[in-house]
Amino acid sequence: MTEIKDISSSNLEATSSTAAISVRDLSVFFGDHQVLKQVSLDVLPRSVTAIIGPSGCGKSTFLRSLNRMHELVPTARMEGEIRLFGSDIYGRGVEPVIVRRRVGMVFQKSNPFPTMSIADNVTVGLRLNGIRQRATLLERMEQSLVMAALWEEVKDRLHAPAVSLSGGQQQRLCIARALAVQPEVLLMDEPASALDPLATAKIEDLILELKKQYTIVIVTHNMQQAARMSDHTAFFYLGELIEYGPTAKIFTSPTNKRTEDYVTGRFG
Amino acid sequence: MAQHFENELDGLKQKLLAMASHAETAVNQAIQALVERNYELALQVRQNDKVLDRFEIEIDDLAIHLLAKAPLASDLRLITVAMKISQNLERVGDEAGKIANRARDLSQEAPLKQVVDLPRMASLAVQMLKRALDSFVNQDAAAARALIPQDKEVDLLNKQIHRELAHQMIEDHETIARCLHLMVVSKSLERIADHATNVAEEVVYLCEAQDIRHTGKAG
Repeated sequence: MTEIKDISSSNLEATSSTAAISVRDLSVFFGDHQVLKQVSLDVLPRSVTAIIGPSGCGKSTFLRSLNRMHELVPTARMEGEIRLFGSDIYGRGVEPVIVRRRVGMVFQKSNPFPTMSIADNVTVGLRLNGIRQRATLLERMEQSLVMAALWEEVKDRLHAPAVSLSGGQQQRLCIARALAVQPEVLLMDEPASALDPLATAKIEDLILELKKQYTIVIVTHNMQQAARMSDHTAFFYLGELIEYGPTAKIFTSPTNKRTEDYVTGRFG
Repeated sequence: MAQHFENELDGLKQKLLAMASHAETAVNQAIQALVERNYELALQVRQNDKVLDRFEIEIDDLAIHLLAKAPLASDLRLITVAMKISQNLERVGDEAGKIANRARDLSQEAPLKQVVDLPRMASLAVQMLKRALDSFVNQDAAAARALIPQDKEVDLLNKQIHRELAHQMIEDHETIARCLHLMVVSKSLERIADHATNVAEEVVYLCEAQDIRHTGKAG
């Protein structure tokens, strides 16, 4: 924690009022097992924040706690506070479903609804939220597919099954689906790890475009990817946030030796 | 990390150290050739400059090869610093060659009355180079910073020597050719001190990730 204060205390104090996501003393437990230990950091708006660390360090748990997805595990419990643009997402009376609309998520393995068409995959979230007007649905669908850099590739076959798309296209379809409900934040859990280099490059380009409008938090095992795409990087180890700061600094001159050892491949 | 990459990094360091040793030897031998009026030694220094040129090419090749593996943090700094240090050492070799050329020519002419501060300037420049290279070997940023202010002293000595030699040329026209040779030697020693300063600045960057170039101070 000392390193966090030394490196980013000014970041925490000066920007907590302007942070997109403000995390304070977050601890997460699955039963008796503590997975995250008093994590505090601020995610800045319209930026990409990368979460890195060895397997089992709590990266995905941290990501899922940002939209209460970890609650889907029956024994999950959290302590601490997470604020989304100032609002406590774990506050009394706050519905997880509402949180998950504001904080969308894209998973490692693309998961379009297999029985639905491309168009229906994008609009399903809107329809579940009560939007029925066809014109609105079509407009938002096109907008989302454009934003996900998929429109040109699918505009002539919107009623084709979503599973007829390639892996990279399916992942962009999932991004479009998340964007359709107009979230404020996008969480991505290794969104390109199952894709070939070309598809990965398209996803990375897309993320760099999306950050102009959205706040993005991405978990990645690929440090070069984190270095290419992110503005800030948080290094986790054994459930603790070890170091958090500008990506350029983390990858050229990290302050903490464990961060240095991890990014140079000397452990993990 | 991949052991293979670690071994390759170590190989880069060892190659740079070998180059550093050659560069130091070249400067020492060039000055020795000048002081002793040793024609053969001067020729040898010129011949050996090719070794430093080859080192620079090999180090650059190896560095590019390592950069393609997308290293990060201290590995990235080591590789980029190695490229810059090798470039500076190659230039040191060139300056040693220039001194050797002048030593060769001067050895064929009557000795000139000793320019008092030239040996002192040579000693300072050689000392700076050695300290800079030692700071790289020992990864000692403090030692690197400590030698940087000496560059000013060398610069002042160069100016003083130029004034003395200019005065000598005015007083005795028959010494013009020899004085001009010594002016070149003085300038080369001043450049060697500059390169030693550059190496020291790169060592600070390697150890502390701080870029102190062009700050006009040791940071």
